[in-house]
Amino acid sequence: MTQIAYFNLPDVGEGLTEAEIVSWKVKPGDTVSVNQVIVEIETAKSLVELPCPFAGVVSELLAAEGDTVEVDKPIISVSVADGAVGTQTSAIAVAAADAHESVNAAAASVDADEPKTPNLVGYGVAAHTAASRRRGRVAMPQAAPATTALPVAAAIATGALQVTPAEDSVLAKPPIRKLAKDLGVDLARVSGTGTAGEVTREDVVAAASQASVFRNLSTPAAPSEREERIPVKGVRKAIATAMVSSAFTAPHVSIFVDVDATRTMEYVKRLKNSPDFAGVKVTPLLIMAKAMIWAVRRNPTVNSTWTDEEIIVHNYVNFGVAAATPRGLIVPNIKDADKMSMLELAQALEQLAATAREGKTTPADMKDGTITITNIGVFGVDTGTPILNPGEVGIVALGSIRPKPWVVNNEIVVRQVTTIGATFDHRVVDGDVASRFVQDVASIIEEPALLLD
Amino acid sequence: MVQILSPEGELGVPSAYSVYAQYLERLTEADYLKFYRDMARMRRFDHEATALQRQGQLGLWIPAIGQEAAQIGSGYAVGHNDHIFPSYREHGVAITHGIDLMSILKMLRGVNHGGWNPDETRFHLYAIVLGTQVPHAVGYAMGVKFDGKVGNAKAEDNLAVISYFGDGATAEGEVSEGLLFSAINQSPIVFFCQNNQWAISSAVSSQTRVPLYQRGAGFGVPGIRIDGNDVLASYCVTAKHMDDARNGDGPFLIEALTYRIGAHTTSDDPTKYRKEEEVEYWRARDPLTRLEKFLRRQGIKDDFFEEVEHAGETMAAEIRAATFALGEPPIENMFNHVYSQPHPEIAEQLAWVKEYESSFEGDA
Repeated sequence: MTQIAYFNLPDVGEGLTEAEIVSWKVKPGDTVSVNQVIVEIETAKSLVELPCPFAGVVSELLAAEGDTVEVDKPIISVSVADGAVGTQTSAIAVAAADAHESVNAAAASVDADEPKTPNLVGYGVAAHTAASRRRGRVAMPQAAPATTALPVAAAIATGALQVTPAEDSVLAKPPIRKLAKDLGVDLARVSGTGTAGEVTREDVVAAASQASVFRNLSTPAAPSEREERIPVKGVRKAIATAMVSSAFTAPHVSIFVDVDATRTMEYVKRLKNSPDFAGVKVTPLLIMAKAMIWAVRRNPTVNSTWTDEEIIVHNYVNFGVAAATPRGLIVPNIKDADKMSMLELAQALEQLAATAREGKTTPADMKDGTITITNIGVFGVDTGTPILNPGEVGIVALGSIRPKPWVVNNEIVVRQVTTIGATFDHRVVDGDVASRFVQDVASIIEEPALLLD
Repeated sequence: MVQILSPEGELGVPSAYSVYAQYLERLTEADYLKFYRDMARMRRFDHEATALQRQGQLGLWIPAIGQEAAQIGSGYAVGHNDHIFPSYREHGVAITHGIDLMSILKMLRGVNHGGWNPDETRFHLYAIVLGTQVPHAVGYAMGVKFDGKVGNAKAEDNLAVISYFGDGATAEGEVSEGLLFSAINQSPIVFFCQNNQWAISSAVSSQTRVPLYQRGAGFGVPGIRIDGNDVLASYCVTAKHMDDARNGDGPFLIEALTYRIGAHTTSDDPTKYRKEEEVEYWRARDPLTRLEKFLRRQGIKDDFFEEVEHAGETMAAEIRAATFALGEPPIENMFNHVYSQPHPEIAEQLAWVKEYESSFEGDA
């Protein structure tokens, strides 16, 4: 009886991930000896001839000339005498099988049923590390009839043997993948901020702390107790006090406007690609903040404080951002945001968010705000009626921005549309000022170029 | 350039180099056969290791084909008290000092860091970082001098050091520093530079304005160039200057002019930077062919060469089987020898890696 032995494409050059089959020197049915050159491959570094690791009769060529094959994928199967080859090798897999069962045999050789094999150089590359270490990630061509000729080659050619791309298209180092796994973060949903676009430790931590805030990730089983009593203390108590004090002392008035944010989204995209903003997080919130600061200058009363004796109009903007954190809602602000350039503001927003997520926001960070934005769009809702941050007279809610039908020149077209909602303290801000302010903000969102005036 | 065995296999010591004649006279036919056997063994080992790398069994291989004469000749000239500080291509020198060839393959597979004990073998571990072995060797030689193990009446009480490096390493500061310190100290050391003419893709002409054997002159280290593809020149010249070093004559530099027939390593593609005609020129000056011509003139018949070839195949099959049987080394190996004694931080790191690795087990 004979065995089928598989020769997997080795990494011939310290860290290569793939190679192209240039020419086969053997064909099915040929007798091969150990170290006989069987194929010429071209790697990113050079043309290389591969010697056969075992003696026998060529059973199948599993990749065609011109194909690019990933390292660790089988390229040839050879029928060898029983016991002629060991199985504890990284580039070679053996399946006890007759030739007609080669489909499953080949699948087994790329599936994780093979023994865990050492990586010779470093951790190798994510794609094949994941493939060789994780179980059940390879699509097995089970339906292929057992007698079909060259089924495995066909399967490779059609991609049926490819590893599913979900996580593997994401760049991340193994410890970061491990961290993501531990924290339940799906790397595919994290946008990497590393120099090569890779997902960093900070990205994963941020995603982990945000994910549970933004979305119900799972539906827990119904609790057995009829009621749960949660002591009112700490941040929750502070939030409650502030909300009540705000809602029952300041008469709130809310107004809304729908706006075409297509140009804002384009602007965000261009800023992201600009070298000046490399490594800085750019979001629609940044444009919104800039728009509000601009609109404040045109409508200063929305940026003031009510005391029973006087209205204090602030000629500076301490720009508050409502932040949902694992500990609850907090509203830190960026001091003198009106003095900042777009880049400085972007950095300040990023810093504010990071500090909040880590739970390191200080009381000073939350003091002396003059106007606030709440970015409820990130929760996927269109708008809301925000409650004023105590001491302030204006707050703006930025809703989700998504493609919606929009009328342009009497025709319905798809535009990136959002709703701006805003609440004001009616003791200070009259309807006309409130409306002009919101219209000013909306005009910037519609045409951010106006910021240049 | 000292040449004792001509490319046609004719033996003779030029009168200008008669000081080396007495070393040639010590050699018997058995020595010649031993040289040939080991040069052939070195080459067969090299071919097998290259194939094993191409089959995914080694992370890297560093071929030394073409340098057999320089290494086997000089390797046998090193006495049994002397110490050897190799670079990373000295597989032939390793053969002459009984290093288990599997140790070298294990290192290039990443299973260990060499694994032989330099105290026992006097063949120190391979130095992967270019040129670092030269100051190590000089330091050792200075120690030998301080210990008074130089210039004693009884030859048995003396020892010397030999440091191997290539033409590329001469452009590293370490080699110049080593030459200077050894000259000042008059250390018992021979610097053996195998000029294989290519420092990866840099030609030797881009590395030096004067012949490399003259490099030591300004420091006070005399030198000589030998035909590095002549195993007898390599043996005789090295033997003489190791003797001199043991006797207290100070350091000496030997430049063995040879050629790297293969790639720098299996990650290199030499066709990108040098011409095939150049390689052909040196292939025609193959050190094994030269020695074979000489041996056949001496009356050595086919059966010897067949026996050598057969032994090579047996050795190749053995190391192939042994390589395939190599398992994965225990994780502890990475940590055990960082400090000589247990260390809390290393213990913590080991625990972390173990936990990390185990997190992949049974992963769904």
